[in-house]
Amino acid sequence: MAVRCVVRERQYFDSVFLMRVADRIGREPGVGQVAAVMGTAANKELLAEAGFHCPEISGTGPNDLVIGVQGERDAELEALLARLDDWLAPERSAAEASRPRTLDQAVAQLAGANLAVISVPGQHAAREARRALDRGLHVFVFSDNVPLEAEIALKRYAAERGLVVMGPDCGTAIIAGKGLGFANVVRRGPIGVIGASGTGIQEVTTLLDRAGSGISHAIGTGSRDPSDDVGGGTTLAALDALDRDEGTQALVVVSKPPGRRTLALIRDRVARAAKPVVACFLGADVERGGAPWTVVRTLDAAATEALRLVSGGRGEVRKDGERAPQAEDATAPPAAPRRYVRGLFAGGSLCYQAQDIFGGAGIKVRSNAPLEGMLRLEDPRRSEGHTFIDLGADEFTRGRPHPMIDPRLRRERILAEAADPEVAVILLDVILGFGCAPDPGGDLADAIVHARRSGRLDVIASVIGTPADPQGLDRQVRALRDAGATVSGSSAEAARLAAAMVAGA
Amino acid sequence: MSERFAELLARGPVAVNVGIRDFAETLRVQGGEVVDVEWTPPAEGDPELLEILDRLL
Amino acid sequence: MSTAVTDIKQRIEAANAEAVGRMISAEPVLVDIAPAGDVVPGLEDRMILHSGPPIAWERMSGAQRGSCIGIVRYEGWASSPSDAEALLASGRIRLEPNHHHRSVGPMAGTISPSLPVFVVEDRTTGQRGHCRVVEPRQQFGDFSDEAIGGLFSWAHVFAPSIREGLRRLGELPLKPLIAKALQMGDELHNRQVAASSLFANALAAPMLEAGVPADRLAPTLRYLAGHEVFFLGLSMAAGKSISLAATDVAYSTVVTTMARNGTEFGIRVAGLGDEWFTAAAPPIEGLMMPGRRPEEAGLDIGDSAITETVGWGAFVLGGAPGILSLVGGTPEGALRISRDMKEITVATHPVYRIPALGFEGAPIGIDIRKVVRTGIVPIIDTAIAHREPGHGLIGAGLVRAPMECFRKALVAFAARHGSS
Repeated sequence: MAVRCVVRERQYFDSVFLMRVADRIGREPGVGQVAAVMGTAANKELLAEAGFHCPEISGTGPNDLVIGVQGERDAELEALLARLDDWLAPERSAAEASRPRTLDQAVAQLAGANLAVISVPGQHAAREARRALDRGLHVFVFSDNVPLEAEIALKRYAAERGLVVMGPDCGTAIIAGKGLGFANVVRRGPIGVIGASGTGIQEVTTLLDRAGSGISHAIGTGSRDPSDDVGGGTTLAALDALDRDEGTQALVVVSKPPGRRTLALIRDRVARAAKPVVACFLGADVERGGAPWTVVRTLDAAATEALRLVSGGRGEVRKDGERAPQAEDATAPPAAPRRYVRGLFAGGSLCYQAQDIFGGAGIKVRSNAPLEGMLRLEDPRRSEGHTFIDLGADEFTRGRPHPMIDPRLRRERILAEAADPEVAVILLDVILGFGCAPDPGGDLADAIVHARRSGRLDVIASVIGTPADPQGLDRQVRALRDAGATVSGSSAEAARLAAAMVAGA
Repeated sequence: MSERFAELLARGPVAVNVGIRDFAETLRVQGGEVVDVEWTPPAEGDPELLEILDRLL
Repeated sequence: MSTAVTDIKQRIEAANAEAVGRMISAEPVLVDIAPAGDVVPGLEDRMILHSGPPIAWERMSGAQRGSCIGIVRYEGWASSPSDAEALLASGRIRLEPNHHHRSVGPMAGTISPSLPVFVVEDRTTGQRGHCRVVEPRQQFGDFSDEAIGGLFSWAHVFAPSIREGLRRLGELPLKPLIAKALQMGDELHNRQVAASSLFANALAAPMLEAGVPADRLAPTLRYLAGHEVFFLGLSMAAGKSISLAATDVAYSTVVTTMARNGTEFGIRVAGLGDEWFTAAAPPIEGLMMPGRRPEEAGLDIGDSAITETVGWGAFVLGGAPGILSLVGGTPEGALRISRDMKEITVATHPVYRIPALGFEGAPIGIDIRKVVRTGIVPIIDTAIAHREPGHGLIGAGLVRAPMECFRKALVAFAARHGSS
């Protein structure tokens, strides 16, 4: 057993600091006991008891540093003590900058906080939202799987306080130019958007941006808001707010058809509105019912109508130089047995809209999220006939990332569909914006190339995004086109093109 | 008609983010003010304690 | 939301504001140093008070058993360690918690009738707290002659001298002294260097003026000058008087006691009377003295967590740069703890402020609801005693209060205050 001691005269250190130093030295290989103490009488006794019989120690006093090490070999101990200054140097910061652990503490830290963005698991979301409302914050609840009763209670509680609950299951919003959740980088402009559907809002706002216009605010309501159970509280509050908002000249409402009673409330509100309103109800015809609004059934039509309203009658969503794709773009007219369309969607509303367009063309479609009148796909993993899959549905996202974030699932499915000799067209939506995959078009390119190579099969895609999005609209369109996909100017148009290609096949 | 909603639209979000950390980053890169909460399930998810806390806190 | 629920929440908020308001407005003043038997309520002959929740001799930790043996020898109830042990095992010495007698004690915390204790009064409520002196041996379980000799020096030389000085002064207000020490880098639990010096300065001239004889004066001055954690006995007595001010506030969920006996960790809550909520004493994440190994360490022990209970100690560790090594040596680690403690407390103290935290106030008033909700438990600075009887101080570190205590307390609170 070797023992070595070093004394540093008149170098004072706190005892706890020195215990830490000893602890660090003691972790070195070949080191036994370590002592790092000031040379007080009591400490010298301790050193002797612990077997540090070094002659250097005897003359030390309370202001002298004593370091002793025991170990296997003298040379190693010498080397350790030669690095004494390193051992005495401050430790590098290991702790990350501290974040508050609760909403309460965050509110205390952030002067003027006015909004909580909540995306915790569904069973906890209502509780956090409720606390936020208690602290006077509006809330944006991205989380889904929030019980219906909790949503109803939250919205009532918020209304009593003049606060708004966007969500639950609210994918996106743009407030005063700032995107929340999955939002695109959209120019500010005269059109206010209210939507129960995240991807629906994304499609309308990006089409407006690409047409040279922009958004005052886009307010997500949550998918269930227009149902009669919830009663449209957020939709109505948003109508009020945007009708009064100085920066807003026209309003667009996007949702599935509201419940009967809620629809009546919305109609009443629209009838009193000072500004023109366009409503896009996906999946069903809704009577205008005497209210002075324009009712459409597809997202691009909603954008076109809104543009028309703010530009004095001339509106067209496609202004970015893109050519409207034509049926002739297709490689060849599909010949039997290649006769089916397989839609693989990341956006639930886009899947819904595509079914509606096919229904309008008299084509029956199967889906894991069927529109009324369409067929439910028995096994979401196996397509049959014309099949539109919402890959963002629970059965695909439980335990794995959403296809807007992670392309793997869709890539596999493209290859699977391409291997099916009955498939004529694969229909895709590619969604850009904050929170989405960094290169969603590029991620699918290999699979598209492979699909196109495997036979006489077309791939039609739409890109939901703007040139200013982090992923870059142009870059994504190019990646898809280079891979052999036809890129349409809107999701509705992509669906119409696909329908045209298989109509009568 | 909510004055507070109008204020939110006029002022823009000054946000507390609870959950997915990317959403805080999204706001930050857009120049938004945001504080990100290091969230963990309350009461470690214990249903009995959660029921009590809902009543008492 | 039903009104019943809103009512109970509002009642709790109001009660907690009351409890913490009392803690904040407390004015601790050192009024006496006297034999415990003269001043500690209910302390009778042949009784030893100990730290932590109630515990029988058979279940006591090594340090606490050693400390009891030491105090029996000090009182002269038995002379050899084995006789002392036999006497304790016979049940003829009553063992009760300090906290049942308005008292606290560091580590094993043993207080007996002839041992002089500090008496600190909260001038606002008149509540008095008592604490024994801090020393490095007997309170850790060392019952040797040297350890007992230390207690005799305290009882016969130091305590009487300081008492005479204090009488000359009249009394010593501790609030300003504590506020100053917090700004000088003390956290008033493991780190008392500034406060101990300030105390020595405050008493030196009065002891001289009081005519303390030279054969006691010089040793006493030398004792105070060299005893860097002397003030812990005073900060604990002050802490006890402050927390007593907040006890028995119906509906309050604020913690008024956190104490450990080396076997169990226990808490008490303002709105739940005298009931203890206990769990097994946790191990300490610590640093060992030279020659000591972690395997020798006993479990968490001592009433000194009274300092964290009133917002000092680990709660203001960010302000005590000298002992940052306890949290890995970085200010971030200490700041993180102070911020976490804010998450589980009701308020911050307007007077006790920490320069290193941007002069933020000390977090004060641990709320059992917030502890359970956040999963953040109070963190406590502490010393480490040996697992076996007969040793002195062997290390220092941090300990996390067991969540189980807070869960049990919350469930009991909910049961008491009915379902809505």
